[in-house]
Amino acid sequence: MSILVDQNTRVIFQGITGSAGKFHATHCHKYAGNVVGGVTPGRAGEVDLDGVKLPVFDTCAEAVKQTGANASCIFVPAAFAADAILEAADAGIALIVCITEGIPVNDMVKVKRALAGRDDTRLIGPNCPGVITPGQCKIGIMPGYIHKPGRVGVISRSGTLTYEAVWQLTTRGVGQSTCIGIGGDPVNGTSHLEAVKLFNDDPATDAIVLIGEIGGSAEEEAAAWIGEYCRKPVVAYIAGMTAPPGRRMGHAGAVISGGKGTAAAKIEALRAAGIAVAETPAVIGETLISLLKKRQRTRPRKASAPRAKQGKISKKPTQKKPAKRK
Amino acid sequence: MNIHEYQAKELFRRFGIAVEKGGVARTPEEAVARYDEITAAHGQNAQVVIKAQIHAGGRGKAGGVKFAKTRDETAAVTREMIGKTLVTHQTGPQGRVVRSVLVTSVMKVQRELYFAVLLDRTASRPAVIASTEGGMDIEQVAAKTPEKIVKEIIDPALGMMPFQARKLCRALGLSGDLATAGAKLMLNVYRLFWECDCSLVEINPMAVAADPDGKVSVSPLDAKFNFDDNALFRHPDIAAMRDPNEEDPRDVEASKHGLNYIGLDGNIGCMVNGAGLAMATMDIIKYYGGSPANFLDVGGGASVEQVTAAFQLLCSDHNVKALLVNIFGGIMKCDILAAGIIAAAKAVHIPVPLVVRLEGTNVELGKKMLQESGLPIITATGMADAAEKVVKAAGGNGVKEME
Repeated sequence: MSILVDQNTRVIFQGITGSAGKFHATHCHKYAGNVVGGVTPGRAGEVDLDGVKLPVFDTCAEAVKQTGANASCIFVPAAFAADAILEAADAGIALIVCITEGIPVNDMVKVKRALAGRDDTRLIGPNCPGVITPGQCKIGIMPGYIHKPGRVGVISRSGTLTYEAVWQLTTRGVGQSTCIGIGGDPVNGTSHLEAVKLFNDDPATDAIVLIGEIGGSAEEEAAAWIGEYCRKPVVAYIAGMTAPPGRRMGHAGAVISGGKGTAAAKIEALRAAGIAVAETPAVIGETLISLLKKRQRTRPRKASAPRAKQGKISKKPTQKKPAKRK
Repeated sequence: MNIHEYQAKELFRRFGIAVEKGGVARTPEEAVARYDEITAAHGQNAQVVIKAQIHAGGRGKAGGVKFAKTRDETAAVTREMIGKTLVTHQTGPQGRVVRSVLVTSVMKVQRELYFAVLLDRTASRPAVIASTEGGMDIEQVAAKTPEKIVKEIIDPALGMMPFQARKLCRALGLSGDLATAGAKLMLNVYRLFWECDCSLVEINPMAVAADPDGKVSVSPLDAKFNFDDNALFRHPDIAAMRDPNEEDPRDVEASKHGLNYIGLDGNIGCMVNGAGLAMATMDIIKYYGGSPANFLDVGGGASVEQVTAAFQLLCSDHNVKALLVNIFGGIMKCDILAAGIIAAAKAVHIPVPLVVRLEGTNVELGKKMLQESGLPIITATGMADAAEKVVKAAGGNGVKEME
């Protein structure tokens, strides 16, 4: 098990005939073979993904009908991305992963409004690296090999910072159940909190790494819920301690405005909820491992249900004796 | 993107929002022409106000807002203001050069209110906010007297409804004709916000004021606009309002090369791929006692040209004492990035120590290429090591040997 995607996921790429779409469809297909086709309006036919020929359709509805796709990965240009997301939803696709960066905020406001109340479809992103369940399914632009199957769920707003965290886990022998990049825009399909809830309910996930950044209050909302309800240990890191107010730090959503959305406030909220916050981006992996070890040491006295699961994963890194860092 | 006050008032007019008579002037002659238009409408006794046009608040205290009663005074004030460097609490010590002024009629203010439209990120919808505490910093009002702020979430499929505007006017204590005028203003400002893809329209103060003829209404005395940069492609008229004179020249240069750059005050230049990792890199430099000179995201697929432009940009900042390149190569392989760094470092003379941390796909090959390049590059393993090394290098002592 895992969340959102697994070996049964059937993915289409919207914008598969563009250079980025084709490149990443090829890599996703090489990773676990889940790509079943693509959509580019007016370009129905076939696409050659490095020797693998897959069908291309004019519409999502046709693609779903012909391939049985249940997930879509969107690579269409920003000006047309909102339309592409809603087309996928209309076609009944359950998981829509939008990689496209630079979508106007108002377009996403409309998309959110249109998807409100629909529990048959979930949007991840936009402006995100995508979703991966190591060894089973990769939908997005992340390098597959840095991941390792395991029992830690990773949630992040950014791309390379997620790779950094995942790599710290993998090199220390800690695998991941699923890694979700929720995207760096102010309006996105799935929030930190929703992703935390999915991991909390997932029997294959034992601990959660939550990577946030300045701007908005999504991390605070997740923290409040975690403090009340989350049954699994959570480690967090917040980027942007040194960011000046009023400046957009690359991501459209990463801006401190009117004294709100500061890293300090987020870290305080996370700590107040009992979440272990990594002091620097270099110790995200270490922080998780030491938390799991601490839990393992304190666990045997209690006879609570999650104990067995906890033990299982925390053993992994210790048993395997991961190579020490150079 | 921000715009000038005179541009904001032109936008208001376009959306049927009444503003004071007058307009922009770049010379004393143009200012006199504006004066003549105002006196033609309101009579020879009408006073005018002349405001320096810079993208910063606090102009009044810095001498950027002055009154005039005659053509000669108008010309004299404008002559003095244009070309002057204004220093306000928002400009920094270097100040901003005034290149144009706004000349308008003078309103007699009776009450100052606050009105804004912005994105409510939690609701993922626009929100309108109003307060009786106009003319004040809304953050302070929110902290001290939150009950004085009223808010309505807007359904984007419907737009702002008239009943929502009436509710807000009632909360502001507006009644009769003023309530009607206030509601009309709010609805038009919302329409402007939505149709122009703004990320913020803040009217502070929104004033109950009398024009020179004694007619009392509700008008936007001062306004702050932010536009969604991602949507500028569909608003070429608004994109044309960009004033590069008001932006950090380093930021302008960076945007030409598709680099995401924000200049800061520190002495360690950073080049990173990815916005989140770039922020995290700044943070860890600070954690190890250093101070970042900038935020710079070269993007996921940085080309040799981009890396070269990035090095040029970093080296043009004379505060910079050391450089840190932090790259997590994903799909973009480390050896390709190393080749880019080497080519760029050879093309640009880098006068300060350069620390490079590579991780990810083909990292060993990339590191080997850097070592064999003959360039004085300090390689680092992991972010903590990189931060420690670059902080030492910037301090001018204990620069470690190449590994």
